[in-house]
Amino acid sequence: MKPSVSILFITCAASLFFGGCKRDGATTASALDSVDYNLHIRPILSDRCFKCHGPDGNQRKANLRLDTPEGAFAALKDNAAAHAIVSGKPDKSEVYLRLVTSDTSILMPPPNSNLSVTQEEVALIKKWIEQGAKYKPHWAFIPPTKYTLPKVDNEEWVKNEIDYFVLKKIETTGLTPNEQADKERLLKRVSLDLTGLPPSSDLHDRFLNDNSETSYENLVNELLAQPQYGEKMAVHWMDVARYADSHGYQDDGLRTMWPWRDWVIHAFNQNYSYDKFLTWQLAGDLLPNPTKEQLLATGFNRNHKITQEGGIIDEEYRIEYVTDRTNTFSKAFLALTFECAHCHDHKYDPISQKDYYRTFAFFNRVPEKGLVGDISLASLADPPKIKISSEEVKNILTFINKKDTTPVEVMVMKDSTWKRSTHVLIRGVYDAPGEKVDIGLPPAILPFDSSKYGNNRLALAKWLVDKKNPLTSRVFVNRMWQELFGRGLVKSSGDFGMQGDLPSHPELLDWLAVDFRENGWNIKRLMKQIVMSATYQQTSTISQKQLDSDPDNVLLSRAPRIRLTAEGVRDLVLASSGLLVKEIGGPSMKVYQPKGIWEASTSGRGQLARYKQDHGNGLYRRGLYTFIKRTVPPPGMLIFDASNRDQCEVKRGNTNTPLQALLLLNEPLMLESARVLAERLMLEKSSNEEKVKKAFLTIMCRNGTAKEIDLLTQYFETEKANFKTAPEKAKKFIAVGEYRHERIDDTISVAALMQVIQTIFNTDEAITKT
Amino acid sequence: MSKEFTDHRFHLTRRHFLGKLSLGLGSAALGSLLIPGLFSKSETTTSSLGLPHFAPKAKRIIFLHQNGAPSQLESFDYKPLLNKMAGQDLPASVRMGQRLTGMTAGQSKFPLVGSYFKFNQYGKSGAWVSELFPNIAKVADEICFIKSMHTEAINHDPALTFIQTGAQQGNRPSMGSWLSYGLGSENKNLPAFCVLLSRGRGNGQGVYSKLWNNGFLDSVHQGVQLSSSEERVLYLKDPEGRDRADRRNMLDKLAELNDLNYKEFGDPEVQARVQQYEMAYRMQTAVPELTDLTKEPDSTVKMYGSDCLVPGTYAANCLLARKLSEAGVRFIQLYHQGWDQHGNLVGEMPLQAQDTDRATAALIMDLKQRGLLDETLVIWGTEFGRTNFCQGDLSKENYGRDHHPRSFTMWMAGGGVKAGTTYGETDEFGYNILRDPVHVNDFHATVLHLMGLNHEQLTYKHLGRYYRLTDVAGKVIPGLIA
Repeated sequence: MKPSVSILFITCAASLFFGGCKRDGATTASALDSVDYNLHIRPILSDRCFKCHGPDGNQRKANLRLDTPEGAFAALKDNAAAHAIVSGKPDKSEVYLRLVTSDTSILMPPPNSNLSVTQEEVALIKKWIEQGAKYKPHWAFIPPTKYTLPKVDNEEWVKNEIDYFVLKKIETTGLTPNEQADKERLLKRVSLDLTGLPPSSDLHDRFLNDNSETSYENLVNELLAQPQYGEKMAVHWMDVARYADSHGYQDDGLRTMWPWRDWVIHAFNQNYSYDKFLTWQLAGDLLPNPTKEQLLATGFNRNHKITQEGGIIDEEYRIEYVTDRTNTFSKAFLALTFECAHCHDHKYDPISQKDYYRTFAFFNRVPEKGLVGDISLASLADPPKIKISSEEVKNILTFINKKDTTPVEVMVMKDSTWKRSTHVLIRGVYDAPGEKVDIGLPPAILPFDSSKYGNNRLALAKWLVDKKNPLTSRVFVNRMWQELFGRGLVKSSGDFGMQGDLPSHPELLDWLAVDFRENGWNIKRLMKQIVMSATYQQTSTISQKQLDSDPDNVLLSRAPRIRLTAEGVRDLVLASSGLLVKEIGGPSMKVYQPKGIWEASTSGRGQLARYKQDHGNGLYRRGLYTFIKRTVPPPGMLIFDASNRDQCEVKRGNTNTPLQALLLLNEPLMLESARVLAERLMLEKSSNEEKVKKAFLTIMCRNGTAKEIDLLTQYFETEKANFKTAPEKAKKFIAVGEYRHERIDDTISVAALMQVIQTIFNTDEAITKT
Repeated sequence: MSKEFTDHRFHLTRRHFLGKLSLGLGSAALGSLLIPGLFSKSETTTSSLGLPHFAPKAKRIIFLHQNGAPSQLESFDYKPLLNKMAGQDLPASVRMGQRLTGMTAGQSKFPLVGSYFKFNQYGKSGAWVSELFPNIAKVADEICFIKSMHTEAINHDPALTFIQTGAQQGNRPSMGSWLSYGLGSENKNLPAFCVLLSRGRGNGQGVYSKLWNNGFLDSVHQGVQLSSSEERVLYLKDPEGRDRADRRNMLDKLAELNDLNYKEFGDPEVQARVQQYEMAYRMQTAVPELTDLTKEPDSTVKMYGSDCLVPGTYAANCLLARKLSEAGVRFIQLYHQGWDQHGNLVGEMPLQAQDTDRATAALIMDLKQRGLLDETLVIWGTEFGRTNFCQGDLSKENYGRDHHPRSFTMWMAGGGVKAGTTYGETDEFGYNILRDPVHVNDFHATVLHLMGLNHEQLTYKHLGRYYRLTDVAGKVIPGLIA
């Protein structure tokens, strides 16, 4: 362990919550013994100074750069006697003097920049200079180390290593962690997190009756082994990979990338290690004697949008595709914003424009065109592509859910036999080539050595999984943490650069990152590790004290309450009504959608001009199989913050809006699910109260309290009386949906029960992971 | 200060933000069927950012986007030289090697072609308008024409995405989303940003819901598409067999259940959800009443044309836009498809004009009569212009024109713009800009300025960067502002 690193993280652990993090409160310089460059100073300099005095050579003013010690300690260009920073001497440091001057002609940041520095920030900078103005590399570019577990007071609360780090921090702030959640709530939470579905009633009974010490662990193992685990994990990866069922521009024709999606599900279910998972996707075609499965995996890099607009300039769009791959690579695997260096040197991070095009060069050898044909001729898969036959599906690619005997074509990656040269594109413009560049990657992350890694896309993968790469493992464990807790240990899960957030638990992040890599990049093991922690298993109740002192739950002294995703809401409703068709994979499905949405905005050309809704089983598949036409994504999904799959996305919003309420109240599938569950319960020989109880249990996955059941049973009776006075209303209400109707004479009771069920579906608890 | 309010935005946690929002929304009587002032604007505009930056000239925008690119040469940019030189090749000295689309790059000749339609001067301002737009001609003195618009993209998708979001590629927030984010809504019961679609009879290009996307902003800033069907907003209608009283009853039960949950968990998000349901309930009354055009007086129908009673027409959408705007909707985006005349321009353009001319002019007159034109900015625009040379076969009776990003015409009326003027000029070939160019970024900067917003300060920090509608460029054009 390097001494500087340990100092960094000790300071960090002690001060982060009290304001080391730039957005979690103001740090007071007087309260700090030691000012740390990474924690306290760089966030200020990066945000307010680096734009003109940072890495971007073209934008640099007065030839002064403050992001490196060499730059900051050098004599000023205009006055060799003056220095931006003089270690230990703020009064001799122009940086400090210009922050406090009353002369607006030399004040920094300049008044017309719309930027300013607060008094507290000035005090921090002063103290940092007094203490020697020590620079450090950006935290995320220092390879992680596995820290020894911190000592905690309440050892009893701890279940595994994660908890030491979390509890240590909670204890230093005077809060206490919540206790373990009750079995029913825990069961629902972990089922939703690992399979995306609520537990079956069979699992519910088994788990509640299992009083053994290992009951929870057995449950976790069982959930991880279910094929629905792969589906759940695939959703996030489909966002990362910008998966869609259409090409994405203008006429927006159909494409068939779904076999790639089936592979993703398969890869998660088979628990492919993360290094294999990313290697196959980045460069499966370049492995020795690649298998068809390895070729298929490379579809990852062909999921970007492709134009079919007549009259486009071919090269403009070809460059666009290579750009998309480059940006996706950096965001998906490194959580960096390479795209900022597309037109100029990155203004905050050490990524030059040349670095950008060196990375770009890896993806610039694909034998492809900007435009393949007009919409009427356009293929479902543009070259390079592979053809997958029924024979292959039967024998080798058995995870592909191909419905018919015609072979399916999928776009994949391939390198040309000839080498296309890559140039820096001046201002990022396709027809303004500058200096010629060879392959490479930003040295500030990890120097690229082609004698070690090779000289094609496979080298990208090797470089990523190199032990010395500081980002790959951190970025992935952080995103899995985000999937489970709603917020990453680094909140800006798509930006580990200097403008991103600092980690809330740096030592935990590093411990997990190293542990993940050391244990063979084992994804199921990582997921299990997190859900086995006491941190994960806490109740999600929020005390007033927690709400006041830690409203965003940065400290993790409670489990989060998070609204389900768009897919999650759909899956919950389908599963609890019994409508869910558990088939895995295959072409995406066109679900109920209000009439005319595609038609109102289409040019009228192509296979997707009109919406042809599916019927039967196709209506009741999981949310991840919903057909995504990029230019008009399914509105019900967008309302719940789903990605429109335009570009790589690593984090979804989580809003709470009236349009969500309208959808949950009035959307046909929501109503149909309530109707079908009502009919099923009506067929059971039980009292009305028992039916209400069972409906509640089925949806909430817990037994309702007496109050809840009373309230709903009374509501049932009121509605029954109500419908009795207007039986035609009952008939209309229960007529919803294409799913077959049970023959039940007492339509009034069906309608009343359906109304009760609909009410349960609309509660905050039903659609919230609690 | 940009920094301050951006930070302020960030310090508002999602919970705080929503809490704040719901406080604003929840001030109307909960659960009341009779909501006083249902359509009236609230006294203070609600912005989470403490904006505008300075006194606005306009409060609301109606953007009439003519999708596909109507030819400037047959509408507002009169170029008699093209008629004189019809059939002659575009001089290389004019074209200067500028790029062409893949549709005309292969043509061996670029024969110039003048407008088939006659031009005349109108109003005190003497604006040139073609015979295709007699009604717009009548309101010429309300209009500020910009003859010198130019853009970067040469194809529909990127050009359309550029004028709507300030970027050709990428998942950026739409103009309306930026205004919703910056200025909030004036009406508690309606979204701040509404979208209306219609289709003409000419060759059309699609529109995409990504154009009214919120990008990286919260999804509350997403444009809400009002459809032409009976159900104007998605999922607005109560289910069959259920009426308003039933729904009210249900929401009361739901609130009770949620309250039990809140008591157990103490999560303010539960209360926020209850508020969202109440807002939804109010929208269910407010939207259908406001969007019902059947009760409009005859004088209004006469002004907009009888088409305005046919849902989904451009005329109906113009009238609807006026009503939404009057009720306080911040930004209303219309798209009218059918303006992509690569061929048969002489056949198609009159049909497109017939469908839009009258209602466009009526919207301006209607706003004026109501005293609203001063505070409402009406924009007539498109994604790029069309070439001065013919695409495909040229005959005396017909021709087509390809995409031309180097120069095109847009116009604005109302809210703080210099009425009865023309800004900028193209050369006599109608090809290059002669003076006062207005780039799309400049146009956006100017529109934000009219709304009281500094385009360099309306920012949102996303993945390490402060994003703006105008990206890294754009300047306010004083010559457009009264």
